[in-house]
Amino acid sequence: MAEAAAIAAESLAGSKARAARTVLGQVVLPGEELLLPEQEDAEGPGGAGERLLRLNPGARSRVRVVCGPGLRRSGDRLLVTKCGRLRHKEPGGGGGGGGVYWVDSQQKRYVPVKGDHVIGIVTAKSGDIFKVDVGGSEPASLSYLAFEGATKRNRPNVQVGDLIYGQFLVANKDMEPEMVCIDSCGRANGMGVIGQDGLLFKVTLGLIRKLLAPDCEIIQEVGKLYPLEIVFGMNGRIWVKAKTIQQTLILANILEACEHMTTDQRKQIFSRLAES
Amino acid sequence: MAAEHKTKLSKNLLRMKFMQRGLDLETKQQLEEEEKKIISEEHWYLDLPELKEKESFIIEEQSFSFCEDLLYGRMSFRGFNPEVEKLMLQMNSKNKAKEVEDETVELDVSDEEMAKRYETLVGTIGKKFAKKRDRANYEEAENGNIKPNKAKKMFLKPQD
Repeated sequence: MAEAAAIAAESLAGSKARAARTVLGQVVLPGEELLLPEQEDAEGPGGAGERLLRLNPGARSRVRVVCGPGLRRSGDRLLVTKCGRLRHKEPGGGGGGGGVYWVDSQQKRYVPVKGDHVIGIVTAKSGDIFKVDVGGSEPASLSYLAFEGATKRNRPNVQVGDLIYGQFLVANKDMEPEMVCIDSCGRANGMGVIGQDGLLFKVTLGLIRKLLAPDCEIIQEVGKLYPLEIVFGMNGRIWVKAKTIQQTLILANILEACEHMTTDQRKQIFSRLAES
Repeated sequence: MAAEHKTKLSKNLLRMKFMQRGLDLETKQQLEEEEKKIISEEHWYLDLPELKEKESFIIEEQSFSFCEDLLYGRMSFRGFNPEVEKLMLQMNSKNKAKEVEDETVELDVSDEEMAKRYETLVGTIGKKFAKKRDRANYEEAENGNIKPNKAKKMFLKPQD
């Protein structure tokens, strides 16, 4: 990692844009510029010669590229805004023809993103809206009508201090984020007030993504231990509930510790827990 | 006299709908042109250089869920909360289903079931349209014991 960082710093010092394709999985730094595959051959070494050979350089076949979190578009250029490893997903199943690029970064601070499912805490009730703390720079607003089956007459039963699982409808910078607890069809789909008891704790945003990855072994192993219920918020909050308080605490500790454990260490702990 | 009168009709009057019918082609075109002129004179626009925004080929998407195909955030294991468990299957299968959807169209009713259902339907509808005399046959068929068709009743000639 240190080596990779050194390389990254070096290239940044040279202030030459690197091709996105060549730095996949490597560390990129904020401010760095990335070249997309079709920009590469135009500006890379020997590009001029190649350009002459092309029949009509004006009509370059360009593909749509999606830039995910950690990257920003600035005119025609692709800039890095977060420090981390550059990731790429091949196109297919939505997205552009050039696939998706994003930066896999480690951070604890949550910035609301439209469509993210998060766990919030109701901090105030004022007239038609609830104020919900989601860990962002500003509390999100949540309309009392944004619950399944709620009407003007039939208000949802939400108290200050309740946990809410919802998604962002509006999340712009410089604007108050707005949450809802229904999807576009008006169904709750599991969103709304999270039940009683249970334990809420905070982890890094990276761990949440690690746990929610489709092929995550940790969750599968945890699920075999006890009967339990978990809610993951993309804002770094996890809510767990098991049959007893002791089990709940064990689960919370395991999930927190998972972030920095090797597979072997984890397997050891799980086998020890399964025995007891 | 009459011709003078015609030319004196005001333009605004001529523009009215009920006057259009009587107008000849020439005056009609003239009026239209004038109208166009007025509109273009009154049409206002921003006196700015034309803004040329090239089509962007980079799309911004700030959600990790989209990039990493993350699972649905609510989970339940070993029957702790059956509702959530059902939801989990439903929400997580959505992602996978998209890829396989085209190949396997899930059937609510299997072909065999369908055939069976229609088999009995043929009977019930058939009964409806059958005459009273034939209805007995259907009922027997339903009961399962199929009797040989009775000999048709017909006139028997009395023996002398």
